[in-house]
Amino acid sequence: MKTIKLVLVVFIVAVGFTSCSSDGDDTPKFEENPMANFNLVANIEANGHSLELYSEGKTGFTTGYNEIFVRVKNNADNSYFANPDISWSPVMHMMSMNHSCPKSDLSITDDNNTVAKGYIIFQMPGNADEYWDVTLTYGVNGEEFSLTETIEVTAPADGKQTVSSFMGTDDVRYVLAMVEPKDPEVAVNDMTAMLFKMESMMSFPLVENYTVTLDPRMPGMGNHSSPNNEDLTYDAATKSYKGKLSLTMTGYWKLNLKLLNGTGEVLKGEDITDENEASSLYFELEF
Amino acid sequence: MNIIKCAHKVYAILMETNRPICIWVLLLGIFIFPMNIGAQEVVLQKDSIITINLDEVILISARKAFDYHRQPKPLSTLDEYLESSKKVDMVKRGAYAWEPTLNNMFSERLSVTIDGMRIFGACTDKMDPITSYVDVSNLSQAHIASGQQGTEHGNTIGGAINLELDRGNFKEIGLYGGVETGFESNNQMSVVGAELNFSDSKFYVDTDIIYRKAENYFAGGDEEVEFSQFEKYNFSANGGYKIAGDRSLTASLIYDEARDVGYPALTMDVSLARAIIASVGFEQDVLWGSLSNWKSKLYFNKVTHVMDDTKRPDVPIHMDMPGWSDTYGFYSQAALKVKKHQFLFKMDGYYNKSLAEMTMYPNDPNELPMFMLTWPDVRTANGGVYLEDELDLNGSFLKIATRITAQNQNVADEFGLNSLKIFYPEMEKSKTRFLKSISGQWHKMWMPWHFNAGLSYGDRAPSVTEGYGFYLFNSFDNHDYIGDPGLANEKSMEANAKISWEKSKLKVGAEANFFHIADYIIGEIAPSLSVMTIGAEGVKIYKNLEYAQLFNTSLDVEYAILPELKWSGLVSYHRGTDNDGGNIPFISPFSYRSGFQYNSKSFSAGLRISGAAKQVNYNPDFGEDQTPAYTVCSLNFGKTFKFNNDSMYAKFGVENIFDENYSTYTDWKNIPRMGRNFFLTLSYSIN
Repeated sequence: MKTIKLVLVVFIVAVGFTSCSSDGDDTPKFEENPMANFNLVANIEANGHSLELYSEGKTGFTTGYNEIFVRVKNNADNSYFANPDISWSPVMHMMSMNHSCPKSDLSITDDNNTVAKGYIIFQMPGNADEYWDVTLTYGVNGEEFSLTETIEVTAPADGKQTVSSFMGTDDVRYVLAMVEPKDPEVAVNDMTAMLFKMESMMSFPLVENYTVTLDPRMPGMGNHSSPNNEDLTYDAATKSYKGKLSLTMTGYWKLNLKLLNGTGEVLKGEDITDENEASSLYFELEF
Repeated sequence: MNIIKCAHKVYAILMETNRPICIWVLLLGIFIFPMNIGAQEVVLQKDSIITINLDEVILISARKAFDYHRQPKPLSTLDEYLESSKKVDMVKRGAYAWEPTLNNMFSERLSVTIDGMRIFGACTDKMDPITSYVDVSNLSQAHIASGQQGTEHGNTIGGAINLELDRGNFKEIGLYGGVETGFESNNQMSVVGAELNFSDSKFYVDTDIIYRKAENYFAGGDEEVEFSQFEKYNFSANGGYKIAGDRSLTASLIYDEARDVGYPALTMDVSLARAIIASVGFEQDVLWGSLSNWKSKLYFNKVTHVMDDTKRPDVPIHMDMPGWSDTYGFYSQAALKVKKHQFLFKMDGYYNKSLAEMTMYPNDPNELPMFMLTWPDVRTANGGVYLEDELDLNGSFLKIATRITAQNQNVADEFGLNSLKIFYPEMEKSKTRFLKSISGQWHKMWMPWHFNAGLSYGDRAPSVTEGYGFYLFNSFDNHDYIGDPGLANEKSMEANAKISWEKSKLKVGAEANFFHIADYIIGEIAPSLSVMTIGAEGVKIYKNLEYAQLFNTSLDVEYAILPELKWSGLVSYHRGTDNDGGNIPFISPFSYRSGFQYNSKSFSAGLRISGAAKQVNYNPDFGEDQTPAYTVCSLNFGKTFKFNNDSMYAKFGVENIFDENYSTYTDWKNIPRMGRNFFLTLSYSIN
């Protein structure tokens, strides 16, 4: 019995030492890298600075909603500027015209004052003849700089539609993009979408107080729906449309939508009936 | 000797009471012998202990007692044996794995046990009632108790079926065995089986193996019923060892596996249904001086069930639906005799894990498979105590029994819990219920009159399917079913009575029972919900009806025309209504059976007729249509041959002589039953 106890003690002590020593091997961290779990999707060097664009989860820019984090690095000493004042302007260069897309301002995050956060909603991918670029204007140390970089915007790898650009019955062009769920589950998911109207080629203001009705369906399984979904309504605090999305199983879901204006008139989309299997306004997801 | 064998439980109890056995045996004989129409309905009427319950005992193993006469079809499936009971009807979805119903109630309202062990099927579509995981070779008898008289092994509403394993029980027999084989013409079923046993006063071991293989069967008029084939084998071993004069250890193991089982009434077949059922037990004659017959058992069983639709043409979507059910349990019981009281104390508990999943493969190969948990890994922990007292009141007997159970159900899988929360956002992961049962049964005799009456109350928790099922497709009413974890317990108030007149030549009995079931659990259409299964009509959610009422009554007569020749007849009527007067589904129409049985020393013959009237009360909302009337006849002959010490028994018969094409009210989607069928079985016993 004593021998067993002794062996046990030796074992525990040995394990303890091993664990400690492996911790000690790590290089000392003077500063926690706030972007350690993010993907660098663009790094633009100019003016002795590096503008780093990060995404959480994505490895590049894709059509739909892109949440982007921006930092400005001083290449001279590898430090990051605190509270940089950055603005951006994405532009699609098409064969016949140029246009922009919905985007937010860039604002400094609460957690780290060297990181600015915002989103861009690309309505379409680039191709061989048409491309997106983004112009970033930033001020550091009282000086203002500006640069433009071509970026590659692709359709999502799974090919699923998460943004729709369409003309409403009121002859206004709208852009509707799905923000959440990012990782859908078999559960009641919180759903978030953003709605913009195209005022001009370069201006896409938020649209408030409309309604987006939701009817998720599985086209591969008799086009059945799920219960207890909630239509998306405007939430002033987050400036987005919030609703509930019930997914009863994994697989491919088509989220059929209708856009209603403030007085309840249908601007886009149709009800699902036996004759009509899908709405012309929809998102897709597969998991 | 055979009387004692078939009623060995009675015999054992009689031994304790130290009464003159011969009188009892004589009395028993009067009641056992005439009762052999439609298998061995041995209603043990005379003994004070057993008679209070209106139990039915179906004898399954006759080999050791050389009692072959009394088996109309010795190697038939267990399902056919159970169907010969007066109160049991079998729901058929094919040729294999019929689901027993008792008093017109299904599995979730019954307690079905194997030697007192709880075991639960792993199929969400009830394709594997637990009676499909044993074979006749394993069993000595099936004990059928109606209503609350069946709560000894668990809470029930409709009653209990306990299948008792066949074992040597320390009898001084030595080494003995047998081989048997059978063939049926209709579905070309062949059966082979063998057993080898040893028993002496210190030690016994029983082993048996049986294999069955059947092709599609043909309904009356040569109509082939496609996907009705099956193949199964079963192996069992059980043994006992006497540690000391009054103490013994027992152990049992059953391995049962069926493959390629067709279910013509359903949209899917089964590629594998497997059960491993094991137990160890300890028995001691006396405990703490005053308690007797102390028996304890630890058991576990593991059921795996895999549905398969790859052999079906034209499935709208291919799917896999495996299910698993593991149960661990124990019980311990002891008897106490104090003056006029005969007590039985029992403690029991079990823990069950039920998990089932469904994966659907889209026709577009680029889409990901669709996955859901149809049983979300529900963990049921159940513990209870059971107490009964049989009281001798000078000329009448009273039995009072009660059971109290605590049951907790816990949804162990987060994925499954979140799935259910789509329907029930407020639901808790875990739910505890308390179940109770109390019953009183009284038996009065004014020879030759007997009067039995009982009153009882009992409740049950919803089954895993009723509480937690997720889009389970019921092909009978063509609806998807969703469980409700918040269902109330179903409560049954029950009254029963039986009056009989019994003399040596003639026996007449009339009996009836009535169930008022509050919070009756049944599926109700949820019009707002979208069907998941392609082709289904709608979605139903289980809910509590305010109440439902079931009434069953029967009259049976037995008459010994000659000492060797007996006639018997049974007619029964059933009715089930809900609180709006609507019909409850699966209630038997007026039915009847009658037969002649001739038994001499080495030869037997039987003629049986059974049938039902046109179904009057049925419910189209549950997929029922009117079942037409039918009558079928069967005939069998048996002969025993002696070879020195060994004996061979041959039985030949024909069922559904006139090749009637018919189905009964319990036939899923009206699949027709088997047409004309010739069978031959040969059993050779080596002693």
